Amino acid sequence: MRGYLLRRLLQAVVVLWAAFTVSFVVLYLLPGDSLSIRLGGLEGTATPAQIDAVRAEYGLDDPLYLQYAHALGDALGGDLGRSAQTGAPVVRTIADALPQTLALTGCAMVLAVLGGGAVALAATFTRVRALRQVLLSLPAIGISMPGFWVGLLLVQVVSFQWGLLPAMGNEGFESLVLPAITMALPAGAMIAQVLAKSLTTELAEPYVETARAKGAGRVRIHLRHALRNASLPALTLAAVVAGNLLMESVVVETVFSRAGVGRLTAAAVDTQDLAVVQGVVLLAAVVFVVVALVVDLLYPLLDPRVGRTV
Amino acid sequence: MSGGLVRGGRARRSERAVGVVPAVAGASAKAPGAAGVAGASSTPGASGGSGASSVAPTEAPLLDVRGLRVSYRTSNGSVDAVTAADVSVLPGEVVAVVGESGSGKSTTAHAIVGLLPAGGRVGAGRVLFEDRDLLGLRERDLRAVRGRSIGLIPQDPMVSLNPVRRIGDQVAEALIVHGLASGKEAAERAVAALDEAGLPEPALRARQFPHELSGGMCQRVLIAIALACRPKLVIADEPTSALDVTVQRHILDHIEELTHAHGTAMLLITHDLGVAADRARRVVVMSRGEVVEQGPAERVLTDPEHPYTRRLIAAAPSLTGRRVRPRPVRDPVPRTEPLLTVTGLVKEFALPRTKEGPRTLRAVDDVSFTVRRGETFALVGESGSGKSTTVRMILGLEAPTEGRVLIEGRDVTRPGRAEARALRRRMQLVYQNPYASLDPRFTVSEIVEEPLRAYRVGTRAEQRARAAALIDQVALPADVLRRKPAELSGGQRQRVAIARALALEPDLVVCDEPVSALDVSVQAQILDLLSRLREELGVSYLFISHDLAVVRQIADRVGVLRAGRLVEKGACEQVLAAPTHPYTRELIAAIPGRRRPRPLGAVS
Repeated sequence: MRGYLLRRLLQAVVVLWAAFTVSFVVLYLLPGDSLSIRLGGLEGTATPAQIDAVRAEYGLDDPLYLQYAHALGDALGGDLGRSAQTGAPVVRTIADALPQTLALTGCAMVLAVLGGGAVALAATFTRVRALRQVLLSLPAIGISMPGFWVGLLLVQVVSFQWGLLPAMGNEGFESLVLPAITMALPAGAMIAQVLAKSLTTELAEPYVETARAKGAGRVRIHLRHALRNASLPALTLAAVVAGNLLMESVVVETVFSRAGVGRLTAAAVDTQDLAVVQGVVLLAAVVFVVVALVVDLLYPLLDPRVGRTV
Repeated sequence: MSGGLVRGGRARRSERAVGVVPAVAGASAKAPGAAGVAGASSTPGASGGSGASSVAPTEAPLLDVRGLRVSYRTSNGSVDAVTAADVSVLPGEVVAVVGESGSGKSTTAHAIVGLLPAGGRVGAGRVLFEDRDLLGLRERDLRAVRGRSIGLIPQDPMVSLNPVRRIGDQVAEALIVHGLASGKEAAERAVAALDEAGLPEPALRARQFPHELSGGMCQRVLIAIALACRPKLVIADEPTSALDVTVQRHILDHIEELTHAHGTAMLLITHDLGVAADRARRVVVMSRGEVVEQGPAERVLTDPEHPYTRRLIAAAPSLTGRRVRPRPVRDPVPRTEPLLTVTGLVKEFALPRTKEGPRTLRAVDDVSFTVRRGETFALVGESGSGKSTTVRMILGLEAPTEGRVLIEGRDVTRPGRAEARALRRRMQLVYQNPYASLDPRFTVSEIVEEPLRAYRVGTRAEQRARAAALIDQVALPADVLRRKPAELSGGQRQRVAIARALALEPDLVVCDEPVSALDVSVQAQILDLLSRLREELGVSYLFISHDLAVVRQIADRVGVLRAGRLVEKGACEQVLAAPTHPYTRELIAAIPGRRRPRPLGAVS
């Protein structure tokens, strides 16, 4: 077990290094004046002294490999540079925004899993054909609705017309509800789609017949036999969905005017604040690595046939 | 075409009934009435035979199926799978339902307990069980019958257990859902049930998962589940057809013992007349959805009334000593060298490392044999015996760890590329499963032409003509050339596969279980065809099989593989008549149909 975790940790380091390198290449070495990029669009107002200071700080006159080595060394020490906009360290900027986004994506994920799971279970359990058809068409609708549109609609109806929940801001749990629902809709729809499909497959497996021949009831067969087998593909998808929620937060936090990593990303891209953009890229890599590890550790618990490659 | 045909093996979902066969079901002869619950043994020695039908039944039947009619909804409308099934089982009695795929035997069994697959519907009939019509019961009441009063032993043990739940929990569930036990008591009774079903170390097994058990062990678990609640009737749906022959016999023995001990009646669904002959007191023969004949086993099997039964008996490899191979090759002058020489073949596979260091599995262990020109050599073994690995090495698909494979003196194990291609042309393969080995998008003509195209033999027109000639040679009508495999039956597909194997005029055709996925009557036809082709073309066969009954019909010489070692080899008659190795004796004893006192199938 320890050897396994150690190997996974090593893999994570490699992934992070690759993410850093790729983002460095893409962001700083692409055609364009790296000085003006470093200045974040301020070159018109910057004094020559300021420009020289930036030059010196980033070693822009050094050869590329030295610039890269320098940046990598700093990154290893936990320093991803400073935001060109605010001058604050990137790491602190992101760390400040992260809790808000984690609360939002966490809520959205819980909603997506519960909602998607419920729809899938109900659709495969009901014997009323019409109801089944309606339930099975929900995921397609959920996936095809764009997030910003759903968000605006919710704000319009729930906040403005009914005056129930705040339309924007970060204040308290109420402000979390609408954006979380907005994010959860497409995520839950995908989970529902995959879970319903694999539940249908599992319910046709011979072991289900064995359970029926024992005299087991439908609820027992659904929950105790089919669901656990069907949850494996859904779990894989949920991991991808969880990683995507970070990207989703860019749209949703903007629509609901919430502070968070998404807003930060949008602003950084807008102002070409590349140090922050690179920080967000690395954060995304960390999120994916962690989620993948969690899923891989969950697999053997769900399915004894998946041996941990220790 | 229904999707069921694409499934491997015996596609039981695609059952269909076409045409009408007159039913002889009216005069359903009852078995000897004296059978009390304890005395319900179906020991074949008891010669109840001919006089039995005159004895009036003294007991009301436990199960009485009358005029059952089942249809499946398909995309082309409704198809009848069972049109007229009448079956009755007395308390403690063993009744076998025999038929080929599509006969509706499995559908009948499932309809009894209301477990038809999706789309199945009972159109008419009654299923009286303990004087209640099960067809009229609500789902809730039917659930109380399933498992509690009627147990079901399913067909394929490897997929019939839930892979993510522990064995013990799955057995205990049968007791729990009927409120017979709960918690710790249920767990303890589950272990006891596993013990009773003949599973060694039941307490340990109860904590394991299905994938950690062999097929035979899984089937014992399913037997434990079916018998846990002490039902009055057990429906065994081909309980051993997915298992090795020696395991088959032990499992059937055990089911017999247990049902006998508890006075449980059994409805045994099987395609194997030999099994029915060994186990059942009464036999019900089904064909195309109808019961065509039923009566005491002895009578039905020795003096069948219906032509279909006669055909079935004549084709059953386990019942008849029939040989389809031509005269044994009597080489006037023994050829100087054999076609295929295998010497000291060894294959080791690396296993995951443990603390003791690296481990290897010796899948094939020092195997040597020869195949002469025009000869059929059969390799017999059960799963895991190394027969597939041996074949893969002979065909050059796997590199041997040690040993050599020579085709007329040329080593095929370490050839150059061009040479390997030339050698491969001389050896062709017929696979086990004709449902999977033919590309569904090709026409039959394209399938047979493909090897010719791969080796650039002849022009397009010549290739097409050759394909047509081959199709004719395997006795298929010319119009199949334009059809796709999905439109053909299993036997027809296997003929196409044989035609493809013969396209390049190989010296050696390796037949890997070529008939084990086919019905018995089709099996016999394919064996006939192989034998005729050998005479016409002078090819040699390396015949791989688990079934000595099939091998007996076609092989000149036999090699018996066990755990990678060739434990016995010799002329077919000699090995079967006077086996020297205990394992060979066990294999021969496992052929069903041998418990009958006198040979069956004396059909004129």
